[in-house]
Amino acid sequence: MKFRAKIVDAACLNHFTRVSTMIAKLAKTCTLRISPDKLNFVLSDKVASGGVSMWCELEQANFFSEFQMEGVSAENNEIYLELTSENLSRALKTAQNARALKVKLTNKHFPCLTVSIELLSVSSSSRVVTHDIPVKVIPRRLWRDLQEPTVPAADVSIYLPVLKTMKSVVEKMKNISNHLIIEANLNGELNLRIETELVSVTTHFKDLGNPPPASGHASQDHDPERMTEVHVDVRKLLQFLAGQQGNPAKATCNIVSNKMVHFDLLHEDVSLQYFIPALS
Amino acid sequence: MKCLVTGGNVKVLGKAVHSLSRIGDELYLEPLEDGLSLRTVNSSRSAYACFLFAPLFFQQYQAATPGQDPLRCKILMKSFLSVFRSLAMLEKTVEKCCISLNGRSSRLVVQLHCKYGVRKTHNLSFQDCESLQAVFDPALCPHVLRAPARVLGEAVLPFPPALAEVTLGIGRGRRVILRSYQEEEADSTVKAMVTEMSIGEEDFQQLQAQEGVAITFCLKEFRVRPPVHTHHPVHSPPCRAQGLTALPLPSQGLLSFAESANLSLSIYFDAPGRPAIFAIEDSLLEGHFVLATLLEPDLHAQDLHSPQLQRPAPPLQAHSTPHLDDFAFDDIDSYMIAMETSVGSEGSRALPSISLSPGLQPHCSPGPCSEEEDDAEPSTVPGTPPPKKFRSLFFGSILAPAHSPQGPSPVLAEDSEGEG
Repeated sequence: MKFRAKIVDAACLNHFTRVSTMIAKLAKTCTLRISPDKLNFVLSDKVASGGVSMWCELEQANFFSEFQMEGVSAENNEIYLELTSENLSRALKTAQNARALKVKLTNKHFPCLTVSIELLSVSSSSRVVTHDIPVKVIPRRLWRDLQEPTVPAADVSIYLPVLKTMKSVVEKMKNISNHLIIEANLNGELNLRIETELVSVTTHFKDLGNPPPASGHASQDHDPERMTEVHVDVRKLLQFLAGQQGNPAKATCNIVSNKMVHFDLLHEDVSLQYFIPALS
Repeated sequence: MKCLVTGGNVKVLGKAVHSLSRIGDELYLEPLEDGLSLRTVNSSRSAYACFLFAPLFFQQYQAATPGQDPLRCKILMKSFLSVFRSLAMLEKTVEKCCISLNGRSSRLVVQLHCKYGVRKTHNLSFQDCESLQAVFDPALCPHVLRAPARVLGEAVLPFPPALAEVTLGIGRGRRVILRSYQEEEADSTVKAMVTEMSIGEEDFQQLQAQEGVAITFCLKEFRVRPPVHTHHPVHSPPCRAQGLTALPLPSQGLLSFAESANLSLSIYFDAPGRPAIFAIEDSLLEGHFVLATLLEPDLHAQDLHSPQLQRPAPPLQAHSTPHLDDFAFDDIDSYMIAMETSVGSEGSRALPSISLSPGLQPHCSPGPCSEEEDDAEPSTVPGTPPPKKFRSLFFGSILAPAHSPQGPSPVLAEDSEGEG
């Protein structure tokens, strides 16, 4: 098992740092899946994560100038590592103004993802920062829990409003209730609602637009005005929203009635899928 | 005692107080003939800090009312810090600051003369105290590193704010290595990220240490105090993502004091377990922070992980100052720096080593205080005269007044009993 990669371009480095920051905000620990073409940050559906799962994917070629990897075997040419996402983001944050960054899988008394950064300094001297991020190499038999989640057929799909706006709304709602109801219809309307014994608050978003139905059958018999709703834990929704920096190029929300909500975001060349289960 | 600080020096004084407040809860203020000394020690006595502001630092400086002994006092750090809390305010509005201490009023009076004739007077209650003095002498440390504070500031930047200790050492090719220190317990399940910074010799103004030497000390007392985030703030400012440089500086360590004053910082150190001395100096002030370092067994364990740092040299047995061996460790984790309180008795004046004067009482009235009181500041820069001898005693040394100067002190032995 081998992995070695290098970033020299400052823009790529910043972008990769931003991705790692986002991941650190979304998940305390995550799985880094390394394959010849892609990197994935995975949070699988586990009890520890409260049923939330995440699948973040980026093309390695868009970031790395060198990328060598050798998986477990030729037919299973992948590496799965579990790591603390905060460590990775902290390590990458020290790489501002770096001349180059190397990532390597090493074994220094325990398996590590070693991030080695060559810094620019005023006096042409060389300064090197290395971070040994402890990782757990995930054995082959556990890989199947870490595959790309299948997106269930959504009852309603709708484009999301500006995430910052949504975040500030949810932030306020969190102070009133732990449960939040997301509801949407095929007429481009999305409501965020909380209900308590004393108060009911709803924020309405209009004219958001609905993506064209994928297969084009289930939703046809649907009344476009009829709302499909899902109850979620407001903190989980907020964690997702707080992890977002800037507005993604495309942001879709798919609601499976009373089962889950699936967010599908595209940030430049990074895609992020985030699943929050419904509260029963 | 009366002194007057004007202009930009008010802010310098304020910053010094901020960096002292990183260490201890009580501030020892002692007017000496060669300047005003501010000192503190932390509660576990593993860190000591002092600043000495030369008389030239002040517009006006009078250590004592003529014919009287200078007073010294101990005040709560909190209350003194509150006077200088806002450095921006000091810079913008305060024109001069007058500090006076006299026995009659039993108050330390700090007056801030601000713009538009506003005058703020702080009357701080104080306690009489003995002189606080850590036993240290940079000239006795075999290893010296000196670099612009900016270089050291950049060097500690990659380390997470929560990190307690770092190991500083000289690696292969005489590169200076800083590495996050991990306790040995941190073994099986929760492994922390290990960060290592390696800087070339050319960034240092002085590097007097051979490859392989290393010490481990507490980073928090040295660097800037990070802002305390109890939980991840949901509305964290976007600058969080921009890295550590954007952090606000609510309180500052010696390093940031030196950085803001654009000074060089010297690190004097010896074998692991012996205190390390961080010093800054210019013509108007000098500052010394003395931090305990971890004893060798831990360091050795740490060393197993570090191919770059070779095994540190064994402690120098043939050290010329055996008396100093005694204060370097504590009973538990070798963290303590020996402190002493002196009452300025002439009995200790001539002591090259720790000879104990039988007649000394802890609370006897202050002896004739003179320029000898400056023992806080052994000069450290090459080329300056040799430092004065310590003339103070350890805590508790009066409990064993009779033993010989050369023999091991029973009191001190008791302190270090737990050492293997």
